[in-house]
Amino acid sequence: MKALLQLTDIRKSFGAVRALKGVSFELFPGEVHALLGENGAGKSTLIKVITGAHLPDGGTLVVAGEEVSNLSPSKARELGIACIYQQPALFPDLTVAENIGLRLKKTGVLHRVRWASQRTQAVELLHRIGAEISPDSEVRSLSMPEQQLVEIACALGSGARIVIMDEPTASLTQKEQHLLFKVVRDLRASGVGVVYISHRLEEIFALADRVTVLRDGESVGTNAVESLTEAQMIKLMVGREVSSIYPPSEGEPREVVLSLKNLGCAASGVTGVTLDVRAGEIVGMAGLVGAGRTELARILFGITPADSGEIYLNGERISISNPREAIARGIAYVPEDRRRHGVILEMPIAHNMTMAIHPKFFPGSILRFKAESLLARDFIRDLGIKAYGPEAPGGSLSGGNQQKVSVARWLATKPKLLILDEPTQGVDVGAKSEIHKIIRGLAKEGLAVLMISSDLPEVLGMSDRVAVMRVGKLVELISKENADAHTVMAAALGTNGKDAA
Amino acid sequence: MNKYFRELTVAAALGLLMLGLAILAPHFFQFQPFISRLTSQMPALVAAIGIALIIISRQIDISIGSQFSMCAIIAGVTAASGLPLGVAIFAALGAGAMMGALNGVLVAYLGLPSIVVTLATMVTWQEALRLWQQGRLLNLPKGIQWFGLSQPAGQTIVISLAFILLIGAAWAMKNLAAGRFIYATGTDAEAARLAGIDPKRTTFGVFVLMGILAGLAAVFNLVQSPQVQPNCGDGLELKTIAAAVVGGVAISGGRGTLWGVLLGMLLLANVNPALTHFHQPPYWEKAIQGLVILLAVVADGIRSRKARL
Repeated sequence: MKALLQLTDIRKSFGAVRALKGVSFELFPGEVHALLGENGAGKSTLIKVITGAHLPDGGTLVVAGEEVSNLSPSKARELGIACIYQQPALFPDLTVAENIGLRLKKTGVLHRVRWASQRTQAVELLHRIGAEISPDSEVRSLSMPEQQLVEIACALGSGARIVIMDEPTASLTQKEQHLLFKVVRDLRASGVGVVYISHRLEEIFALADRVTVLRDGESVGTNAVESLTEAQMIKLMVGREVSSIYPPSEGEPREVVLSLKNLGCAASGVTGVTLDVRAGEIVGMAGLVGAGRTELARILFGITPADSGEIYLNGERISISNPREAIARGIAYVPEDRRRHGVILEMPIAHNMTMAIHPKFFPGSILRFKAESLLARDFIRDLGIKAYGPEAPGGSLSGGNQQKVSVARWLATKPKLLILDEPTQGVDVGAKSEIHKIIRGLAKEGLAVLMISSDLPEVLGMSDRVAVMRVGKLVELISKENADAHTVMAAALGTNGKDAA
Repeated sequence: MNKYFRELTVAAALGLLMLGLAILAPHFFQFQPFISRLTSQMPALVAAIGIALIIISRQIDISIGSQFSMCAIIAGVTAASGLPLGVAIFAALGAGAMMGALNGVLVAYLGLPSIVVTLATMVTWQEALRLWQQGRLLNLPKGIQWFGLSQPAGQTIVISLAFILLIGAAWAMKNLAAGRFIYATGTDAEAARLAGIDPKRTTFGVFVLMGILAGLAAVFNLVQSPQVQPNCGDGLELKTIAAAVVGGVAISGGRGTLWGVLLGMLLLANVNPALTHFHQPPYWEKAIQGLVILLAVVADGIRSRKARL
């Protein structure tokens, strides 16, 4: 069979950094080809070469048997290459049909919009991928996964032969994942080649035919998926054996730190949550996206204060009406959207780390740069943050290291309760296990940890107990011994497990 | 690229201008006229400190010209009614604080966009002044000009106070927690809130400070002439915003220094006198200023493009 896409010895440098050092890659029609690699391994650069966003410095690019030079994004689109990014790039104020129409029709300025046919086409495309989305709804009102489906509809409608998906499931619920998987399989059946990027290995096993692993800008091999085990794949990615993926829990949990009784907040849809979290314990929060886990964390941190129920911290009943009160009480919240809310990218990491302890660390509000720098150095050493120093701007760090800075900011507050929201989302495998070790180490030191995660293996591997939420309620508390993928998913979906993975 | 690249380029441009004047038109540096020109630029410098903080916190205030006029007239009327100068100054600063607080409440606590809020207050104060004063020139009593002192003494007071204020504000932006709150709020208000900072209070505070500085700027202007016009602040907002932008304050918030603002202010303000001393028609002033602003904006655009790649 002739390859749809063939890259040979692709090289690309940015200044002194050699992002791609001669990568070869091929994609056949009717194939799902996974691209794996740690952050910084060169995946996104390779994708940008394929979509024409970057011109390679060397190597050849052959699309459907024809060599292409000077590929531009518009030329790539003409050749049938479509890319679905993690963050859909749609126009929020236009309707779904208008978005699809805009993407598919190349029209002159004075060309009349054929509203009826535009809508018909949108309906047809949405139907083909099984998306229950009204073509007349504004994109603004759609959820992130629904927007992704619209992107896929666009790719399909443009007659794409090569579809690139960059972490498409990062924000999807289990049910939406299944829908997406079905769409991918349909694409494959119709002869489309799919390049699939994901950090979740189980997805690659479920979906991909072959996998190419990139490491430090080089391809370390293309293999059939069934010929590899998960451990082998991780080994290929990081180039070393990851001995035990999750650090074991140690010691008995101690006194109850946080106790919630019938906690609720009407505005954020959380009702009747009762939960104890002990010192030295990690409680994993599982559930579908939108089940109310982040909302619960935001209640505990005073962002959307509770309007019913009781919160006890170390046995004392408290109320929390804003983040400053929460911090003063010893509650820390490492938010989900690290690049926006976790670290301030323009600021040096030292400033980032003292951001939440201003009143305590700088009495009289005069900044003490020396003390700040020392504190930052300690955290850089203790958490193994890779940065050239306390003055390095947050934006210069990799995702995993930014997350460590975000964690450091909250450890600096010397919290009793640490709430982590998706602590390893978009973090590469190596940094992920380092972060896991840090979290376990903190629990060992006596912190009570509440860890929200949509990564099921992570929840199962890290938690001493798993709390499962569904539509704003805490529906089940599962002990470590009884927690497996099936019981947790069943509780999250609210079925007896038939639909679960 | 150097963190202070913009400050250095503007300083270089200003230095070149001064060098050219020193060689070709040395009488530019004659002591008395030089000091007079510098003094006349001080009110705008004081207001520019405020506008820089506003822009760094990712807001804008286009009502400062109106605030300035209002404060000037209030101080003038107070003084004209026979009350001592101290009371007039206090009235100007108080009026500024109140106008700033109104903007601050509407922007910070009601969450309205600052461009709309300050457009509304700009027009409101302007028209209120027009109704009140009917466009009349207000003559000031004797003891007001130069604080009732000699001209050199008055000029010394104005220039030194303005520079003390600038140095103090620059120090505070770097060394006080409040300064960092302003930068953090301007970069991302939600991120600041999640870190336990109160972005609403920060924004409110910055607007109040802006009002007070507009009042102080009005006082520094008032003492330089025997009369005050009800439209004396017209165009101040554009002048100060331009100085901030040229000086490297990012209009998208979170970035900029007050030293840059000082340099931007001096560069733009010296275009006109330089033209005079080079014996060029003064009509070029606006065009050259516009060109300088355009250069600054283009440089920002190139820098952020580079940062994205």
